[in-house]
Amino acid sequence: MKVDFRRLGLGVAAPVLAIVVALVLTTLILLVAGDPVLAVWQVLFKVPLPRQIVAIVNEATVLYLSAVAVAIGFKMNLFNIGVDGQYRIASFAAAVFAGAHFLPGWLNIIVAILVSMLTGAVWALIAGVLKVTRGVSEVISTIMLNYIATYLVAFMLRGAAVKVEGSNATSTQILAEDSRVPGISISWLANTSNKVYGLVLLAILIGFLYWFVLAKTRFGFDLRATGQSESAAVASGVNVKRMIVTSMVLSGAAAGLIGMPLLFGQDYAYGDTVQAGLGFAGMSVALLGRNHPIGMAVSALLWGYLNQLSNGLQIGAGVSDRLVLIIQGIIVLSVVVAYEVVRRARQRLEQGRVARELAMQAAPATKEVAA
Amino acid sequence: MSAALFAQPTSLEPLAVELTGITKRFPGVVANRDISLQVRKGTIHAIVGENGAGKSTLMKILYGVQAPDEGTIAINGAPVHLKSPTEAIRAGIGMVFQHFMLADNFTVLENVVLGAEKLYGIGDAARAQIRKISDDYGLRVEPDDLVADLGVGDRQRIEILKVLYRGAKILILDEPTAVLVPQEVTELFSNLRDLKAEGLTVIFISHKLDEVLSVADDITVIRRGTTVAAVDPKKVTARQLAELMVGSELPSPQTEESTVTDEVRLELRGVSLAGHGQAKVLDNIDLVIHAGEILGIAGVEGNGQAELVETVIGMRRPDAGQVLLEGSEITGAGVREIRQAGVGYIPEDRHRHGLLLEAPLWENMILGHQTEAPNVKGPLIDAKAAKADTEQVVTKFDVRTPSILVTAGSLSGGNQQKLIVGREMSHKPRVLIAAHPTRGVDVGAQAAIWDLIKAARREGMAVLLISADLEELVGLSDTIVVILRGKLSGQFDPDVVTREQLGAAMTGADQEDE
Repeated sequence: MKVDFRRLGLGVAAPVLAIVVALVLTTLILLVAGDPVLAVWQVLFKVPLPRQIVAIVNEATVLYLSAVAVAIGFKMNLFNIGVDGQYRIASFAAAVFAGAHFLPGWLNIIVAILVSMLTGAVWALIAGVLKVTRGVSEVISTIMLNYIATYLVAFMLRGAAVKVEGSNATSTQILAEDSRVPGISISWLANTSNKVYGLVLLAILIGFLYWFVLAKTRFGFDLRATGQSESAAVASGVNVKRMIVTSMVLSGAAAGLIGMPLLFGQDYAYGDTVQAGLGFAGMSVALLGRNHPIGMAVSALLWGYLNQLSNGLQIGAGVSDRLVLIIQGIIVLSVVVAYEVVRRARQRLEQGRVARELAMQAAPATKEVAA
Repeated sequence: MSAALFAQPTSLEPLAVELTGITKRFPGVVANRDISLQVRKGTIHAIVGENGAGKSTLMKILYGVQAPDEGTIAINGAPVHLKSPTEAIRAGIGMVFQHFMLADNFTVLENVVLGAEKLYGIGDAARAQIRKISDDYGLRVEPDDLVADLGVGDRQRIEILKVLYRGAKILILDEPTAVLVPQEVTELFSNLRDLKAEGLTVIFISHKLDEVLSVADDITVIRRGTTVAAVDPKKVTARQLAELMVGSELPSPQTEESTVTDEVRLELRGVSLAGHGQAKVLDNIDLVIHAGEILGIAGVEGNGQAELVETVIGMRRPDAGQVLLEGSEITGAGVREIRQAGVGYIPEDRHRHGLLLEAPLWENMILGHQTEAPNVKGPLIDAKAAKADTEQVVTKFDVRTPSILVTAGSLSGGNQQKLIVGREMSHKPRVLIAAHPTRGVDVGAQAAIWDLIKAARREGMAVLLISADLEELVGLSDTIVVILRGKLSGQFDPDVVTREQLGAAMTGADQEDE
């Protein structure tokens, strides 16, 4: 198949532009604040150490799953802000289920992952049903459901928690050895004993499924059509209400996967120290990656890279590592603008190109008439 | 009234508008090339041309929306450089757009003064000025009426008044008759003649040639972005004008001998649809379309045509009545089921309902037929087959495009419409719903689409045709039904009906007379 380099170039132009804008603006912020600009960039642009590479990949794995969950909604013009709540309540359910060890080894892991997907899906379903039956904006309902999820999980965690001697951390039952997903060693690639989450393979599989369903199936076509033009989709026979509910459920199920690499590859339990905000980070990653399966992978890695290298900011440059949040924020803001600019440019270019090629085809014919 | 004026040489007086050598390029296309236009003061000057010929670009240049790359504009003999509509208004040029820009919940006065508050304030002075303009030009506009209560003709006169209020001496009207019924057109033309009598200049853009011939003093023809002729309407026929426009002979819709059979394809029994208020949007509609029959629905827009179409295709559920396709009931079925059962749909608004503008042509060929061969294999999209099918349709239906991979939005309106018509036809529907199938397409595409619909009828398709173009309705239909306020109010034989009869039925004037 022929690759359209012009399209590809335009596609890459926007995120690159956004990153450049972010770097320039951050530099200005640093200058205004009187912080050492050079030192900051030296820290952030260092080649990551082997153990950092592992950490970047691990963080990207989780962010990628989150981005896919968000992107399923985005593709339909649905703003599932609730990925954050969905993954936490789903992870909790999975941790409780897996911690009970009803099933042996791998079976326990697989069923627990399914439990997590189901929980996330049900939590998202609430917002979907509210939208199609009562016309409640999914933005509002999912924000509210995030709060409910936070406190519901905190409340249930107290009931489900297991006391650990000598620690006041609250968490679910720690998983047995055989219910853990072993990491993948990359010592052949880089000199580190740290391991990449085994479930990085799950993220790759999900990315492939996401691409396959959207690009190759009838369902994916209906979903994309609805996102591009709801009115045209309705006229083509898409049942938009059913589509909204289905895509919310799929988005929630994908959100259920976000916590799985952490649960089975790092924490082995769900506790009050679990990382929050991954759902929102996923939105940024999806926006930068343009809901594209590979684009989101690249932007998840970029996010992971920035997060990891920012750890050295305080020591290396005397600047708070929160600076990275500013950079990420500016990237997202500028990428939204840049995509719109590129979209219009692309439209204009293509219209011009079509007109030009048609004029060239028509030119000989015109001459005949003139003669 | 202007015959005497017309005959006199006007070379002493400067021209109201003179364009010389205007060229405007867009990336990859030349929209206007070496345009020259001379508009005499105090005349109605028509600019005719196909859609896409460059009329709208020319008007945007004249109204200061776009600057020409080359060429000069002179107003009343003085060269000007119009950089914005504000400057155009200052130079005395006003534009009446095809789509009205009025706030429904404002009064006429409020709409007129909006954005021009500095001229006469917003109170009694403005009201008096509006009355004065209205009286001077016979516009019959009442400043304190609420716009929401007014009809299309009234709204258009308000738009004209808005422009005059801002001091325009040269008025540009973009396809002003597109939204009017015949009686309203007559009235508009009398308004235009009044404006002319008062010394104003009117530039009138249209592609309805008989109208142009009846009202214009001079005609300039545009083809492929350039002015090809300036003609005197008294010395040219509609046919000659049309040939100047398209550069070749053109067909008109003429039905051949009847192909109507007695096989009922689509039947509506007592279909009603409730509206927001008390009035029903559709009120007890009964109609039957047979195989090989084209049933035309005439009506002023907004009388239930769109709702009728959406009910048949399944986008709305009727509150009462039945819809039957070949004898089996499809009332309340989903759009997909109805399409699969063999109903093709050419929507009124191709951008909203017919296409995914940012998707490639071949994906647009799948749209509406997501479950039908050759587009799918089980639950999967068969891109290869769909692309091959698209290539075929593009060739067979003469969709002018360099490739099937370009987005639908980059094609011209006529080619977009041909793609939609080709898509629907290629699935061999039992019933075709064609809502305004040639709206906004050029004459060439229009003739092609007419031919396709006629060919489908010969092959025994049943067609429900909705159109605002009476010529199209009369030329294509076997039967014409008029819809008024949600009710079918009359049935006509297109071979004998006159425009006036149809117009009267469309406005309800025939009932008031009885």
